[in-house]
Formats: sequence, structure tokens, C-alpha cells
Amino acid sequence: MSPRLRWRKFVSGFMLTMTGVCALVAVSVLFFILGYLVYHGGTSINWSFFTKLPKPVGETGGGMANAIVGSAKMLLLASLLGVPIGFLGAIYLAEFSGSKVAFVVRYAADLLNGVPSIVIGIFAYGLAVLPFKHFSTMAGGFALGLMMIPITLRGTEEFLLAVPRALREAAMALGASKWKTIATVIVPAAYRGILTAVLLAFARVAGETAPLLFTALGNRFWSPGWSQPTASLPEMIFRYALAPYEDWHRQAWAAGLVLLGLILVINIVARAVLARGIAVPRA
Amino acid sequence: MHASVRPAVSVNITPSQTGAIGRETTTALPMRMNVSKVNFFYGPKQTLFDVNLGVATSKVTALIGPSGCGKSTLLRTLNRMHETVRHARLEGEITLDGQNILAQDVTQLRRRVGMVFQRPNPFPKSIFDNVAYGLRINGSKLPISEAVEKSLRHAALWDEVKEHLHKSAYELSGGQQQRLCIARALAVEPEVLLLDEPCSALDPISTAKIEELLVQLKDLCTIVIVTHNMQQAARVSDFTAFLLTGQLIEFSPTPQLFTTPGDARTEAYITGRFG
Repeated sequence: MSPRLRWRKFVSGFMLTMTGVCALVAVSVLFFILGYLVYHGGTSINWSFFTKLPKPVGETGGGMANAIVGSAKMLLLASLLGVPIGFLGAIYLAEFSGSKVAFVVRYAADLLNGVPSIVIGIFAYGLAVLPFKHFSTMAGGFALGLMMIPITLRGTEEFLLAVPRALREAAMALGASKWKTIATVIVPAAYRGILTAVLLAFARVAGETAPLLFTALGNRFWSPGWSQPTASLPEMIFRYALAPYEDWHRQAWAAGLVLLGLILVINIVARAVLARGIAVPRA
Repeated sequence: MHASVRPAVSVNITPSQTGAIGRETTTALPMRMNVSKVNFFYGPKQTLFDVNLGVATSKVTALIGPSGCGKSTLLRTLNRMHETVRHARLEGEITLDGQNILAQDVTQLRRRVGMVFQRPNPFPKSIFDNVAYGLRINGSKLPISEAVEKSLRHAALWDEVKEHLHKSAYELSGGQQQRLCIARALAVEPEVLLLDEPCSALDPISTAKIEELLVQLKDLCTIVIVTHNMQQAARVSDFTAFLLTGQLIEFSPTPQLFTTPGDARTEAYITGRFG
């Protein structure tokens, strides 16, 4: 074997090993986090975590029922704001707008997507907290909703544009108006992708903490209605993890596990939905 | 140049049918559609030049010519599908039953002038829902399942699919999918059916089935078919128009165009000297 060939074999083997090691590191970090979370969360979670309010400082026990409900309420508000705007905006972008308008909107959406979530929080603070002089569920939902818009918009648009032109022509050649074509052919053909985009947006904001710190603030009690400060899971994790109490750390782990479980359930539901219906084969 | 755009010979044709049918037509055939002085532009590029064409009722009219000659463009103007393309512009007049289609509501027009495309393009729905689509969006009063069966029978597909109407349309073969598209178009009972190279993506056996079908469909509606396959035009059509670089070179009864072409360029094309 010539020295040159030997060298080339060595470089090849070395690079192969390096890529393998990096892939292993990437995956093991993920599994380490998951394992750590499941281990600590699993030993800390109990029934009262889901049913009880936080105990006063210094007492052990209690739960995060108010934070679970608070997160659910804010995510509902966020979806009501972000999904329709993102979805309908994407339909306009994909089906009606000229290329210039589309470019500007797309660019703006990508920028909005890249805005740090704490900045979104400040914006929501200025718009939905200051004028009312108090923190609220509404303001938290508003901040999260803003974050859902660009993710839903861009995702939905991608999937609408991927619907083959031949299907649009087929519908239009049968006398379908533009709107009928969109409602009866294009959106049904793209619905799996659209749903994925929406769930992705949902999962992303479900774990957001920064925008909630000065919109929903936090609350150790129930927050009836929509206009009072409310607890949420990410915000509770943030506060409990920083606190000096062993019992609070335990509950923060449990909250992390619940959040992870929520996202896992969403993913499974999404896949179950996606498995039904007729997919457009790729050209 | 202008004279050659006209039909090869226009003896015995009344002025209203100029550009319609060649010399052997002595009696006036009823015309379903009439294209007169049509110029077509994609942006600055002109792709049809002063085209005149008559589409005879209950006959098959074939448009032939080499790639890029404008035959598909001409076909797509007949139900205004060209309007789905940006920067497309049409000048001239096209009539359906004597009425200018350019002044009509486009969705109404397309219900009367159906279209089948080059590649089968069924919706991602069941076989049944594909055929029923046109009826449903048009709010048809007809009982839908009967209309679906009728259309599938007309498209010679019923016997193959009647057992599994609720399966995905994508489970059918390419040829079956194309017949499904024909059934879908027939379901709204169009007066004219446009076919844009309907067999170009199909195998010879499926092609033969569709050709056979077209001849039977004449009783149901008027047919205009674009094809790059001259033998196909010869087999299925009653009239043939030959286009070259956006101009209508010759338009005659099919046997005449293929046996005694009136233009040297037509002869060169059908004998395979170019294209």
C-alpha cells in the first residue's frame, strides 16, 4: 500500500469516525435531557400536583393546578389569535397576492419569527398590560398568539404552494370559483401539512416563558376570568427552579415533565390525524 | 402570409363559416364554437396569430402541430383557462352557441366547456367524490349517485370501479385515472369537452380505450382534442386543424387533411419531415 493511499484511507476513516461521534453526541444530549427530566419529574409527580394550588412558602406539598389551567387558557387565547390570522394570511399569500406583496409579508414574518420572545413580551406589555394597568391572562395569550402568527403563516403557505397546479386547474375547469377551489380542493389537499404547522406553532409557544413574565406575571392562586394575573407552567418552572427550597425544585421537575408530556401528546395526536385521509402523491 | 392563415380552400362556405370547414363541406354544419381573429400574448410574446376556427357540433375536432405551435394555448382559450396564467392576454372573439364567451361569467362558461388535462389529475378524494365534485359545487339538483354512475358508464369505467367507489382515486392505474377525469368532466354535462393531449402520459392499451371512448362520446358532446400524435388525430377526429408557430395553417375534414393536404407545410409535417 502506497503512503498516499494509506493517508487517504486514514483521512476517510477519521472523518467517518468524527461524523459518527458528532451524531452520537447530538442524540445523547437529547436523550440525557429526556432521561433526566423523566427521572426527576417522574419521582416528583403525584396526583396533588394536578389538583392542588401551591402551598404558602415554607410548607411542603401542594401542586400547580392553577398553572396548568392558566397555561391552557393562554394557549387557547393564543390559538384563537394566531391560527386564524396565520392561516388566512397564508391563503392570501399563496393564492391571491402578487410576488412583491408576498415577498414583503414573507420577509416580515421571518423577521417576526426571529424576534427574541422577550421582545415580544415587552411589546405585549406595552399594548395589553400598560393601558389596563394590570397583568392578565389576556395579555399572556396575546403575547403567545403573536408568536404563533409567523410560524403558522409560513408553514401553511409552504404546504399550500406545494399543492400541484394540476389540481387547481382541475377544479377551475369544472366551474369552481377561486374561493371554491381553495376551500374544496387546495386546503383539503394540504390539511395535513397545515395541521402540522399549527401544532408546531402550538408546541413552540407552549414552552415560552419570557413573554409571560411581564404579561401574565404569575399567580399563586386561581385566576378566574381573563383579566387577572395568572400562573403558567413555564413561568412556574422558572420561579420554582430558582427558589432555595428542595420541594419547589421537585415540583419544577414535575412541571417540566408535564410540559414535555403535553407536547408529546400533541405530536401523537397530530400523527394519528395525519395518518387518515388521502394524501396527494408526490410528483 | 395572411392568406395562408385561412383554411386551405374555402369554396362552398358561407362567410360566417370562413375559417371553419374545408372544401368537402357543402351543407352548413351547425357550429358549437367559433374562434375568430384570435391573437394571444404571454406578456410581450405573441403565441397565436389571427386564428379562425369553427368547432362543429357533435364532432371531434383535432388540433395538431409540433411542440410550441400554440395548439394547447388555443385549446385553453376555449374555456378561458388561459386566464389562470399571469400576463396572458387574448384579442379577438370566441363564441359558444353564438354568444361571446369573453363576456360571460367564467365559472358558468367552464361548466359548459369541460376540460381534461395532459396528466391525469384526480383530486385526493374517493372515486365517487371525484366524479361528484362538479355536481356538488354547482349545487346540482340531480340525484348525485345516479349521475356519478351515469358519468362513469359514459367514461367506460363503471365496471372496473363499481365495487370500490369509495377507494382513493390514486389507487387506480394511470389510464383509469384519466378515464376518471373524463367522467368527472362529463358529470356536469358539458356541451363541449376539451382534451389536452389526454393520452400522452398513458400506455398504448389505455390510449386505445380512451380513443374508443372519444368516438362514442360524440353523441354526448362536442369534442376538441389536442394531440401531438398524428395517427391519433386521424383515428378519432372528424376535422383537423394544423398549427405551426402560432398560425392556423390548414383546417379541413380529417381524411382530406391527411390524404390531400392543401398546404406544403402540412404535407411536410404529416409525412414526418419535421416536428
